Amino acid sequence: MKVLVPVKRVIDYNVKVRVKADGSGVDLANVKMSMNPFDEIAVEQAIRLKEAGQAEEIIAVSIGVKQNQETLRTALAMGADRAILIVASEDVHHDVEPLTVAKLLKAVVDEEAPGLVLCGKQAIDNDMNATGQMLAALLGWSQGTFASGLEIDGDNANVTREVDGGLQTIKVKMPAVVTVDLRLNEPRYASLPNIMKAKKKQLDEKTPEDYGVDASPRLEIVKTSEPEARKAGVIVKSVDELVEKLNEAGVI
Amino acid sequence: MDFARTDEQQMLWDTARTFMERELLPHEDAVEAADDLPRELELELRQKAVDVGLHACNMPESAGGPGLGAVEVTLIEQALGHASLALAECVRRPCNLLAACEGEQVAHFLEPAMSGEKRDCVAMTEPDAGSDLKGMKTRAVRDGSDWLISGTKHFISNADRSEFVVLFAATGEDDTPRGKRKRISCFLVDLDLPRVEVAPGYKQVGLRGYSNNIIRFENARVPGWCMVGGEGEGFDVVNRWLGPGRLTVAATAQARAQRAFDFALDWAANREQFGQKIGKFQGVSFPLADMATELRMGELLLMHTAWRIDQDHPEADQDCAMAKVFCTEMLGRVADQAIQTCGGMGLMADLPLERIWRDARVERIWEGTSEIQRHIISRGLLRPLGA
Ligand SMILES: Cc1cc2nc3c(=O)[nH]c(=O)nc-3n(C[C@H](O)[C@H](O)[C@H](O)COP(=O)(O)OP(=O)(O)OC[C@H]3O[C@@H](n4cnc5c(N)ncnc54)[C@H](O)[C@@H]3O)c2cc1C
Repeated sequence: MKVLVPVKRVIDYNVKVRVKADGSGVDLANVKMSMNPFDEIAVEQAIRLKEAGQAEEIIAVSIGVKQNQETLRTALAMGADRAILIVASEDVHHDVEPLTVAKLLKAVVDEEAPGLVLCGKQAIDNDMNATGQMLAALLGWSQGTFASGLEIDGDNANVTREVDGGLQTIKVKMPAVVTVDLRLNEPRYASLPNIMKAKKKQLDEKTPEDYGVDASPRLEIVKTSEPEARKAGVIVKSVDELVEKLNEAGVI
Repeated sequence: MDFARTDEQQMLWDTARTFMERELLPHEDAVEAADDLPRELELELRQKAVDVGLHACNMPESAGGPGLGAVEVTLIEQALGHASLALAECVRRPCNLLAACEGEQVAHFLEPAMSGEKRDCVAMTEPDAGSDLKGMKTRAVRDGSDWLISGTKHFISNADRSEFVVLFAATGEDDTPRGKRKRISCFLVDLDLPRVEVAPGYKQVGLRGYSNNIIRFENARVPGWCMVGGEGEGFDVVNRWLGPGRLTVAATAQARAQRAFDFALDWAANREQFGQKIGKFQGVSFPLADMATELRMGELLLMHTAWRIDQDHPEADQDCAMAKVFCTEMLGRVADQAIQTCGGMGLMADLPLERIWRDARVERIWEGTSEIQRHIISRGLLRPLGA
């Protein structure tokens, strides 16, 4: 079985995000970019399936700007076998929207015929939480979202999902799209030999036209704004005063 | 001029940095408090470094290493150097000189060092021979096909954690136009041989969990095949293989200075006195500006030096001396100022600063003192002018 793992290049989670002066989005010029952490978990899961003999080949695919190559190299260094880069934008500030990504992924799935697509549950930049679900719908495949456990069992996959107040395990028919959650695994870091090998692994570069997909945007970002700054707190002198203040604030 | 890291360099950095954060840092407080690095922990971390390929990442391909350039190795050293030395050294970078191993030496020393099975230490310094290494008194005399070694080495880092030592000893004396000159040769010596004693060293100001030892040789019999390079070629072997050890020290110093600075910056941005963040006072903020500027200088000097080594630049030796002297002295200034920024808390073991400050001191002494580095730099400038 082939496993397809889509990976997105996003602003690094350690970077302090700054909104651009014109409010059109977050400033991405010269900031550290990394693989979306949920996608890293998906890559790790694919590698574990391969190590367990349940997958033969792992294909990482990234859709975005040319610089996404770096993200794919990271996936290759972790252990993916080959990579496909679809350059769908020339501007790092233009985020390719979920439906376009899903359509392109469908085209890749049609070509590669994987038995499983492992996506991150969402990208940490715009938190859309949509691509995996859209892809499953376009393919007419089963889907398991927010996986914190995954077990391949013959023609089925048992997906354990984190739901409010507990866990839910569902059985989905393969081929399937599974989107992964934070607690599924702890991704490995690339070993030195694998980093050196990554350079030699196959990385194909494509465009949306190659797949006959129209990548022109349909969504428009109206405004991006910083969260309101936190107001300063007050220091109280005694428990009595604390209770009094809480009463005043109407919270107790 | 391209100052950007390649994808590969970035990944190497990420791996080393993540390893440091996940595997080394969590043990730092305990090692500091106990002034001890438990043997099991050392071996466990060494094995993890083997698994991820960081072990022996400094070694050339001919020796079974990854054959990285100086730029890549320096990046990795910086990433690991953030943690205390005792822990960073659990990721073994065997002495580069082992790449010169030949014949029986390969299976006995090189291969086990590369696999992580054996640890090496290096012994040059003696009580009466520090900066002046050529004055060393440890000597080796031939006895049949063996050598008999006598003498005392001190300040030898982690000999009590090592299986063998890269040892320098005099094997004779030559008359030269400038007087008598000792013939220095290099040996690989198992530390469990009879008449070799590894004794505890001195109590020191910093480097908790990082031992220094005294090694005594009393007519210890060492097989002839344990000599690396030819007789009297000890320093040639060093020059050819030992590589930029001084650059490693510079990289570590740079990493620690950065850590101290990051801590101080955060403190200045959050600590309040007189009703405002202390960073608002110029007396606090201007030193931060100076620290940041010095850090940038260190970073550029360090990476430029590494780059010149990769270009086989003829002046790489002076470059390394410059990087070592600047980065280690800068670490001293930054560590001191970072403590000033944090006030009294800066001196308490609850924060990492007092440790960085204590540990900073040795960096200006070992691998050649600051004075010796300045000697190397100035000789490179003046000798061509006949002065
Ligand atoms: C913690 C620690 C670990 C060490 N680990 C090792 C190890 O693993 N292996 C090893 O072989 N060595 C090791 N060393 C030794 C270290 O390399 C020496 O301490 C260093 O080379 C200086 O020698 P010295 O201490 O004898 O000082 P000295 O050479 O006695 O120097 C004293 C002072 O005189 C100055 N000086 C000397 N000569 C000159 C000159 N020509 N011009 C100007 N100034 C001069 C020096 O700069 C210094 O300020 C270690 C040292 C320490 C402190």
